[in-house]
Amino acid sequence: MNLLAQQLVNGLFIGSVYGLFAVGYTLVFGVLDILNLAHAAVFTLSGLSAVWMVQAAGMSIWLAFPLATLLAGGLGLLINAAAFAPLRRRADSQFSGLISSIAMAIIFDAAALGLFGARSVRFPAGTVTVHVWQIAGVTITSLQVGIVLVATLLMVVLTLFLQRSRTGKAIRTVAENERAAMLLGVNVSGIIAFTFFISSALGGAAGVLYGLYFDSLAPDMGRAIELKGLAVIVLGGMGSIPGAILGGLAFGLSEVLTVAVSGTSNLRDAVAFTVLFAILLLRPSGLLGRGKLREA
Amino acid sequence: MKRFSRFLLWATVCAVFVALTVSPAISADKIKMGVVFSMTGGAASYGVSQKEGAQLAVDQINAAAGSGMQVAPIFEDDASVPQQGTNVYNKLINGDKVAIIIGPTLSNTAKITNPIAQQIGVTVLGVSNTASGITEIGDYIFRDSLTEAVVIPYTIRVAKEKLGIKKVVLFYGNDDAFTKSGADVFRKVLQAEGIQILGEQTFAKGDRDFSPQLTQIKSQSPDAIICSALVEEASGIVSQARQLGIPKNVRIIGGNGFNSPALIKNAGEAAEGVIVGAAWNISSTNPLNVKFVEDFTKKYNHPPDQFAAQAFAGVFIAYQAAKTAGTADNRKAIRDGMLKIKGMDTPLGKFSFTEGRDADHPPVVLDVKGGKFSVFGK
Repeated sequence: MNLLAQQLVNGLFIGSVYGLFAVGYTLVFGVLDILNLAHAAVFTLSGLSAVWMVQAAGMSIWLAFPLATLLAGGLGLLINAAAFAPLRRRADSQFSGLISSIAMAIIFDAAALGLFGARSVRFPAGTVTVHVWQIAGVTITSLQVGIVLVATLLMVVLTLFLQRSRTGKAIRTVAENERAAMLLGVNVSGIIAFTFFISSALGGAAGVLYGLYFDSLAPDMGRAIELKGLAVIVLGGMGSIPGAILGGLAFGLSEVLTVAVSGTSNLRDAVAFTVLFAILLLRPSGLLGRGKLREA
Repeated sequence: MKRFSRFLLWATVCAVFVALTVSPAISADKIKMGVVFSMTGGAASYGVSQKEGAQLAVDQINAAAGSGMQVAPIFEDDASVPQQGTNVYNKLINGDKVAIIIGPTLSNTAKITNPIAQQIGVTVLGVSNTASGITEIGDYIFRDSLTEAVVIPYTIRVAKEKLGIKKVVLFYGNDDAFTKSGADVFRKVLQAEGIQILGEQTFAKGDRDFSPQLTQIKSQSPDAIICSALVEEASGIVSQARQLGIPKNVRIIGGNGFNSPALIKNAGEAAEGVIVGAAWNISSTNPLNVKFVEDFTKKYNHPPDQFAAQAFAGVFIAYQAAKTAGTADNRKAIRDGMLKIKGMDTPLGKFSFTEGRDADHPPVVLDVKGGKFSVFGK
């Protein structure tokens, strides 16, 4: 029983990082109907620069974390300005935007390699003081709790922001219908840029948390999570934020349980993607997807 | 115009003739040594250290050689993957025409690249390959790194004697030649020593999350965790094991992959108590070793590790073989020179090759104490 509880807890932690990463992915998709494939590269760059800030610049993680998140948001603005905005006026800008975001991903990956080297790096020991708690036979560290809290907090703030604030409403309007939003006096290109900023900032935050939890960051770490992030948003329903969170948790749990049951990590991705496949057969629009209604 | 082209033809013929007669004279006092290490990728922690060791050896040999035979190293990066290793081997053997190759860093790469050298007849001296089945590739393949088959049984015997371990769990990477063959040896030795294996867990290269497996391991409450992993994964395993609350008296016992200061640097406090079998020990009082540690620390401002020591010794061994053979470019003669190496003084101790061209010198068991490797048992 303890064993199962501990494994569920393990899955919850990794799942919440997946969820946070996927929320950024799905936000841009929900608003623009395009995939930003440079999202994983932002995740990597942000995590690595947080390590650099703590290690080389001697900052506290409490300062480095928001700074790295802001930096990631800035990268989002750059992605929008360089890869998406110039193409928006052209015909078929969705497809060409997808391709140019791959180009941005390659540029960012190369930048990470050049700036931080190929070796895996780690946060120096004692970056965060880790307390270990035993609750009913389940071991939880303060770091894990912190990660879940930060992830939850960011997701709650994002949801409230989208529902309540003026800008959030504007984002949803643009997502619903760009032309109508423009007629209503919404600054559409500004809103799109802002969406990229939030999306990338969330991806960057996920990068720092991921780095803190596993304590190993390398320029290629985005590749492992990129495909999972995509799978998570497909699983949750493209464009749905609660769906991305739910999908992230489901993915994290399925991974951990597969490893726990089989005793090997070789089947991990196989099972996770088989689950994805099965769900798509049963519910083609994902767990919480809105289906094709809106476009009709 | 016609006269000019005839002149060109003659000039070319002369140049080729001169080159042919002169070049052996030049290469005779410089042995071209291909040095293949993983400078990037997962094994970069080892490769960087190896290159420092090899470079130090080259500097010392060339400084001492005077007008005698010099070493001309050609350093290459195999990026920790066999594909890149293959490219590099082809370049060194067919392009640079090296007389001997030192490397590659990983056994996994060596299994793919060494047959290329064997086929053409170029000696390869591995300085960090410890998996089984490397020197079996052919009679041109040597290594100065003690194999897991020698070090592991010794480690387990010492650990059993000192800690009285009775039941253990085996945790290893099952998609890498080195970690897998290490696990095979561990399994065999544990059975031979009558230590019960409660269960086995595996991971894959590049994994960062080991908590599911470690949680299973914790629930089996073993006396020790036997782990066959490379240093990147090893660091993650060690720190996550302690984070999950596996108590400190459950020692983690590792193979050669654990034997790097990078483990202590990465895992910090969690690395305390890790036991590792090793081929070299920094505090050995062998005068050659004392001098090596001193010179290395002076040059690079940090102490050497086993990989630096083995690479350092490897360059000297290869050089010795060429000197014995009295040639800098006869590949066959250099191989025969390797076979003649017996009881050579190196920082690793008195060094010889076994019948099977593997390293033969005494091993040592270390454990991490106060952030440093120290001798656990001999």
